Amino acid sequence: MSGEPITGSAILDQVAASGIDFIVSVPDITTSAGLLWPIARDKRFRLIRVCKEDEGVSICAAMSMAEKRALLLIQYTGLLDSINALRSAGCEYKLPVCVMAGLLAKEPGVPPTKSKSFGVRIVEPILDAMSIPHALLEDAGDERHIRPSIDEAYAKSYPTALLIGRQM
Amino acid sequence: MSEAMRRDLCFKILARHVKAGEIVVPVYQAAQEWHGIAPDHALTYYSIGAMGQASSCALGLALARPDKRVLVLDGDGSLLMNLGTLVTIASQKPQNLIHFVCQNGEYEANGGHPIPGRDQVDFAALARAAGYRRADTIASLDDFEAKIAGILAEQGPIFIALKLVAGPPPSQDYGFIHGAPTRAAFKAALKAS
Repeated sequence: MSGEPITGSAILDQVAASGIDFIVSVPDITTSAGLLWPIARDKRFRLIRVCKEDEGVSICAAMSMAEKRALLLIQYTGLLDSINALRSAGCEYKLPVCVMAGLLAKEPGVPPTKSKSFGVRIVEPILDAMSIPHALLEDAGDERHIRPSIDEAYAKSYPTALLIGRQM
Repeated sequence: MSEAMRRDLCFKILARHVKAGEIVVPVYQAAQEWHGIAPDHALTYYSIGAMGQASSCALGLALARPDKRVLVLDGDGSLLMNLGTLVTIASQKPQNLIHFVCQNGEYEANGGHPIPGRDQVDFAALARAAGYRRADTIASLDDFEAKIAGILAEQGPIFIALKLVAGPPPSQDYGFIHGAPTRAAFKAALKAS
């Protein structure tokens, strides 16, 4: 069953409440209208547009050294493309990298691991293999996961992943 | 007659000019070299572990701490793995970022194999085309010595390709460079600075 969809404004309010100053992003059609365009107009954040997602991993990790919080907003394909940077900076160097990734083509109400999309199905198992905690943001109310996830990432100095389960 | 343009000689000159409050982000063999030459520079952020990411780390630091000058000591093979960084940096226009590339034409840490296009690629031209405020190539030690003070005083983003000849291999201290205490010390030093 699919509930009421989560809204971009609910997500962004929680992102702001988490102390995020910088949003580092490569566009993703899953979150383009609901998140990235609003972020581009939102004075609460500074948007850093990057060419490739692994740049963003490094930028976010380095910003944590200066005690600035950042969120990497990308598509899950970019997450897969950035695994080595995430492995290095996040998992082995133990730096907080907060990723918000759109699960392009995931069917609403279907768990990611049950999706018809091969790429979507492998995301959570890969994160599990890297011991990266993850939460699914799909229905209204799921935004409650955002602030605890981000706070924990910075408290434990380790990556976290927030997965957007439907186009918004 | 100028001495050969070796990385260790360049870094010795650079170390005389870098101020204690400036952040240095060296990568791979440049990191080993810099560690040997300036082991006490507290604001050194060693960028090893995912090739190509030094300049992105530096951009993160430059944006998060605009009060600090950030110097990247990149490699040519590393830069080729992350060429989009030139466009990203140029678009952000960090006035406090200077991007040096040690151009030795080879993957020094991986067997000395040549980089693609080693005889024709013009890194400074790439940076200029991407939109860096200024980009230049320096190929002699005398020229580097003469220009370095001016480079470090300029407004960024600036890109300088250092066309190097092989020198003695730097001593390797991966334990220090990869070590968690090294990153903790950098973070503490940056907070205090």
